[in-house]
Order: sequence, then C-alpha cells, then structure tokens
Amino acid sequence: MMPPFADQLNLRLCHRCKYASPMAEDPRHCTRCQARLHYRKPDAIARTAALTLAALVFYIPANLLPIIHTRTLHHDSTTTILGSVMELWQAGAWDIALVLFTASVGVPVTKFLALGYLLVSVQRRSDRSRKERTRLYRLLELIGYWSMLDVFVAGLLTALVQFGPLGGIEPRAGILYFGLVVVLTMMATLSFDPRLIWDTGRSNE
Amino acid sequence: MSESSRLIICEYCDSVYERQQLGTHQRAHCRRCGALLDRRPWLTVDQSLALSATAGLLLAFVCFYPVLYIYVRDQSGSATLLDAVLALFNGPVSVMGMTMACAVILVPATQIGLLVWLLAFARNQRHAPGFRPCMRLLEVLRPWSMLEVFLLGALVAVVKLTGRIDTAPAAGLFALATLSFLMVGVAGRDVRMLWDQLS
Ligand SMILES: [Zn+2]
Repeated sequence: MMPPFADQLNLRLCHRCKYASPMAEDPRHCTRCQARLHYRKPDAIARTAALTLAALVFYIPANLLPIIHTRTLHHDSTTTILGSVMELWQAGAWDIALVLFTASVGVPVTKFLALGYLLVSVQRRSDRSRKERTRLYRLLELIGYWSMLDVFVAGLLTALVQFGPLGGIEPRAGILYFGLVVVLTMMATLSFDPRLIWDTGRSNE
Repeated sequence: MSESSRLIICEYCDSVYERQQLGTHQRAHCRRCGALLDRRPWLTVDQSLALSATAGLLLAFVCFYPVLYIYVRDQSGSATLLDAVLALFNGPVSVMGMTMACAVILVPATQIGLLVWLLAFARNQRHAPGFRPCMRLLEVLRPWSMLEVFLLGALVAVVKLTGRIDTAPAAGLFALATLSFLMVGVAGRDVRMLWDQLS
C-alpha cells in the first residue's frame, strides 16, 4: 500500500516551511509561516524551459571566450575553460584537471541533458521510471553550485598574482558568461516541480 | 504540537506520512520516491547557537586573513576571501564579482546573523521578533551559499600555480575549511525544528 497524496487528504505542502497546510478553508497563505501556497510551483515547466534555454545560449560564449588573461614580462596569453583543463593535464596534474573538467563541462552538460529529459518526459505525461527521474532531480539539486568553481578560481588567481609591471592575471568575459550559466541552471532547477512527475499514472499504482 | 505538524509531506512526490519517533541515527525515507523525509536533528538549540557564533567569527577571519600565500623570487603576495571578490569586482566582469560576493560572503553572513538571532531567543523558549520572515529567508538562502566550492577553488588555484610560483596555505584556509563544515551543520535542515519546538 502506497501512502496517499496530499491533495487526496485536502492538504498542501508549504514550500517555505514544509508544513502540511490543511486546505479546508481554502487559505491562500500557509497558516504557519504565511508564505504564499501553491498546488504546484507556478508555471514550473515554462520557467524551467526558458531558464534552461537561456543558460544553453550563454554556455556557447562561456566556452569560446577566454576566462583568464596572463601577463608576464615576455609574453601575454589568454586561456579558455577547456584550455585551462588541457594545461593542467599536460602539466601532469591529471587529478585536478579531472576535477576542473567535471565542474566546468561535466556538471553543466549533465544539467542541460537532465533538465531537458525531465521537461520532455513531464510534458509527455510519461509514467515510466518515476522514481529514477525524481532521483535525477535530487542529483541536480546536489551538484548545482559546484560549477561556480571556475569563477572562484579566477577571482582567487587574480587577487594572488599581482606583480605590477612584472606580470599578473586578469579575469576575462568568459567568466561572466560561465557564471551566468551556473546561476541560470540553478534557477531552472529551483523552478522545476518534481511533483509533476507523480501527477500522471496515479491510478495504476 | 498542532494536528497537522504530525504529518509530513514529501517535497518530491507529495506523499503524506505520519511523523514517526526516530532514533538517533534513524532516517525516514519516502516509500514512493526514496527522498529523505525526516531525521533527528544533529544539534540541540544551544549547540547550534554556539556553532553559529563560531561560524560568524570564522567568516570575519577569512574575510581579512589570507587564505593563500605565494612567493616568486624576492616577491610575495597573499589573498583573503575579500581580496578574491574585489579582484573580480574591479576587473572587466564586475557582475561576477557581485555574484561571488553574495555566494561566499553576503549569503553566509546573513544566514549566520539570522541563525544567531533566532536561536538566541529560542534558547529561552521564545519567538524572536520577525520569527516567520527570518525562518522563510533562511529557507530561501540555503541553496545560494557556496563556501565549500571556494574551498575547492583554493585547492585548484594552488595546483594551477605549481611550477611557476610557490604557494603556501595560510591560516585562513583552515578557518575556511572549518567554516564550510560548520555551515553544513548549522544552516541545514535542522533549523526547521524551531517551528515545532516553539509552538
Ligand atoms: Zn516522496
């Protein structure tokens, strides 16, 4: 026997304080924390889709544009995200190269694919592998912010390596687009409502 | 405890359960989707308050004491958490400087401030003024605190500079490690216990 769903008991989950709000008097706000109550997150699919698409568009300049500019006495050079992974790999630091590759390519690409899959499957009212899809969503929540790694490294390197005329490191526009990708995909994940996965196929449980 | 705080609704699939008394290391999972429903809080109110105050001191420390030192021939340099944020802010991508300031300084600082405020009153079984908006704000802020990512960033920066520049970890790095560990404990889901404890 599976447990009942909230609407079958005339209850609604408050997303801010996780209270099971009784809906007998049809309140608009949570009786405990007074946050606005919603049956499902408002416009979840449209918002998630729009934010994911915007992130996907910004992901192109994030990869093409340089993220860091290094200036020494003898020459100047710029590095892109993939370039800096390659540099570490060739220098023999394959473990850190792998960490950086995971954070800057693996995580964003996983997020795009997973969000796309969740959106399409919910839109098609699929009732297959609902448990696995919910788990996929929780994975998205968990890995969301680790991609900020590149942005923070750029900030730290810029602050550290400042030798005036002798050399220095400066951030470049790629960092801006990459940071936007991370923030937008995090917002996309937060706007999605995993309960939509369970709204179909209730009858054949 | 009111009638419906005996009930738990799974955030991920909307299933309703009766709250069970859990042992220290027991966890309740959703039977339908496997999500974590409930566990015993790790810390008491007093412990959370003490650790939140500690986290506040550590955050101030990491803002003004270096995280890393570097040495090249006769020159040396260092960077604090604040330096790293300002470096982005003063460069061509100041928007990211602001984002970083939020993720590693403003959000954690607000979380700590709210926690100390709420827990100091909760110790005496009282609701802090503005209890409800403060609790809601804590819930909104949770996903945006990224101290542990900065910690990993410091490690990556060390490796990136190796070979060209000598680096050394500074006291701030250890403070940062302790701080990100503390934040997982105090700013996590345990604060929600205040809803039930104080009614
Ligand atoms: Zn569930």
